[in-house]
Amino acid sequence: MRGAEVRPLPPPTLWGLAGEFADVDRFLAAVEACRKEGFVHYDAHAPIPVHGLDEAMEIRPSQLPKLVFLGGLLGCLGGLALQWWTNGVDYPFRISGKPLFAFPPAIPVTFEMTVLFSALFAVFGLLVANRHPELYHPLFELPAFAKGSDDKFFLVIEARDPRFAEEETSRFLQRLGAVAVHRVEVA
Amino acid sequence: MSLPAHLDPTLDDPTSRPPLVLGQPSFAEITEQVSAIAERPKPPLWWTVSFAISLFFAVVLLAMLGYLFVTGLGVWGLNMPVAWGFAIVNFVFWVGIGHAGTLISAILFLFRQKWRTAINRFAEGMTIFAVICAGLFPAIHTGRPWFDYWLFPYPNQMQMWPNFRSPLMWDVFAVSTYFTVSLMFWYVGMIPDLATLRDRAKTRARQIVYGILALGWRGSARHWHRYERVYLLLAALATPLVLSVHSVVSFDFAVSQLPGWHATIFPPYFVAGAIFSGFAMVLTLLIPIRKAFGLENIVTVRHLDNMAKILLATGLMVGYAYGIEFFTAWYSGNHFEAFTFYNRALGPYAWAYWIMVFCNVVVPQVLWFKKARTTPWILMVTSILVNVGMWFERFVITVTSLSRDFLPSSWGYYKPTWVDLLTLAGSFGLFFTLFLLFIRFLPMIAMAEVKSVMPQAGLERGPHRGHGQYWGEIPHQHEAILGGDNGERR
Repeated sequence: MRGAEVRPLPPPTLWGLAGEFADVDRFLAAVEACRKEGFVHYDAHAPIPVHGLDEAMEIRPSQLPKLVFLGGLLGCLGGLALQWWTNGVDYPFRISGKPLFAFPPAIPVTFEMTVLFSALFAVFGLLVANRHPELYHPLFELPAFAKGSDDKFFLVIEARDPRFAEEETSRFLQRLGAVAVHRVEVA
Repeated sequence: MSLPAHLDPTLDDPTSRPPLVLGQPSFAEITEQVSAIAERPKPPLWWTVSFAISLFFAVVLLAMLGYLFVTGLGVWGLNMPVAWGFAIVNFVFWVGIGHAGTLISAILFLFRQKWRTAINRFAEGMTIFAVICAGLFPAIHTGRPWFDYWLFPYPNQMQMWPNFRSPLMWDVFAVSTYFTVSLMFWYVGMIPDLATLRDRAKTRARQIVYGILALGWRGSARHWHRYERVYLLLAALATPLVLSVHSVVSFDFAVSQLPGWHATIFPPYFVAGAIFSGFAMVLTLLIPIRKAFGLENIVTVRHLDNMAKILLATGLMVGYAYGIEFFTAWYSGNHFEAFTFYNRALGPYAWAYWIMVFCNVVVPQVLWFKKARTTPWILMVTSILVNVGMWFERFVITVTSLSRDFLPSSWGYYKPTWVDLLTLAGSFGLFFTLFLLFIRFLPMIAMAEVKSVMPQAGLERGPHRGHGQYWGEIPHQHEAILGGDNGERR
């Protein structure tokens, strides 16, 4: 635009360092060492669910199963209440000499509602807990991270970590066996 | 087999466990092999031809539905006493097809059958499309399909509620729950692989579409932790669900008073039949596609062998159910029940009955032979015949019982019209259209899951030792056999 002042973009700021690993064993050992070193704002990214990673990072068991149980309970009681209210109370009509409300014929719908609500709570609980959809993340700025869904493992330490110091942390990651250490920058 | 003994995936030596994925590929090679299929700029010729044919029949289905809606149910071959014809037969057939997908994805997961990882995505896709075809038929057979929403319990101006004491209402809940849960299971399972496609996307359109579908997945350890937990929960929920769905479908018949339908054996009999027909459909689809896309190293002959064994086992259950139906009819001493089964085998629909027995009971017996289980073309012929037989099973159950019930004066003979036949063909068109789109644009092998059962995933370490990448539960056996050089980590 004519007359508009052309201002240079602000320099990118360092968001964190990403250590790239090529095999599971080194990656796992590195993640554990990272925790033991006292880092708190770090995360491990892998193309597969790595067994032993939960222990290495001391991830506490997810609370999602409780939520799913709650969903199941809601579906079960809701299903029963729906059938009792609609056919037994609000709109009673006799058909085939059957009772207006009884448990045996109410079981199939109650069961399906239990499963449906459990599954909905599980899936939407997962999405909320994982903060999906999250279409932007600083890591997506890093071209090498595309391999993180293919065959590479990434141990990422964020710059906001109190123990973070670029030089030292970079050497730390290299010492742990990273095949490359990438700077993750955000504009 | 020209493979050396230690790599022959069909070897039945318990001291030697061949790897699940042949050729010792790296993770990157698996990613490339599977993603490349969904990334080809132009589909192969056979795909285009199959898609054109499928789409043609899908359009035929639309035309038949239009004709039905405009004209009424009279265009079908229904009559009194046979008021349930092709619509119900096709409904039960398609729901049954879906069951193998859930069995593979959920039940085999709970049983720690690691070989399922090569075929589960594919089979789950089949489930979704089969249930879409299935859901269509009850919706259109109601006569006035524009009132189908009356089946849902919502407060309305008519001040009426649906009748929950009817199995037809249970069907609505069972099938819609089944579809919803299968879809969520399929999608959740696909998120990591969609992220792989996003990360590999070269064009703007692919980046945006796969980017949105992948929801921003970046393989974080905390995400994987919750993801695995939810996947396990969904498997545990889908397992009883799949058994319940075909049980509920069988209640449509079993809860009535009609001879030949009113039987307590129906729920397990229907579930076994559903898994039988579903596995047949998985094989029918998988055998040509693994060949066409060169996936024989991931979907190995051993996978076919295993599926053939399940086909044989469920086929025997179905055959047993046919036998026990006759026994019950005789042992009950009930005149009408006995006549129904005499009529099935020797009456006007005997031709359909014996097609069913031949395809479902006689043909699968070839699967006792390992040669048949490991030869793709024999399996292909067997599985197609089983599909045919299972369609006829539903035809026999539905039509023979209705056409000759208690009163000879009300007997009748049901014949499908051309509209019935084209609607059935059209449902196959819809199914294959959706399926071909799926294999064209989505990852049809669960890449992340296949990788996680390969040696490089390092599964034989730590607390999970022994559930690893082999066909059984014997850890460390492979190192002596494969010379310990089968992965990057060594």
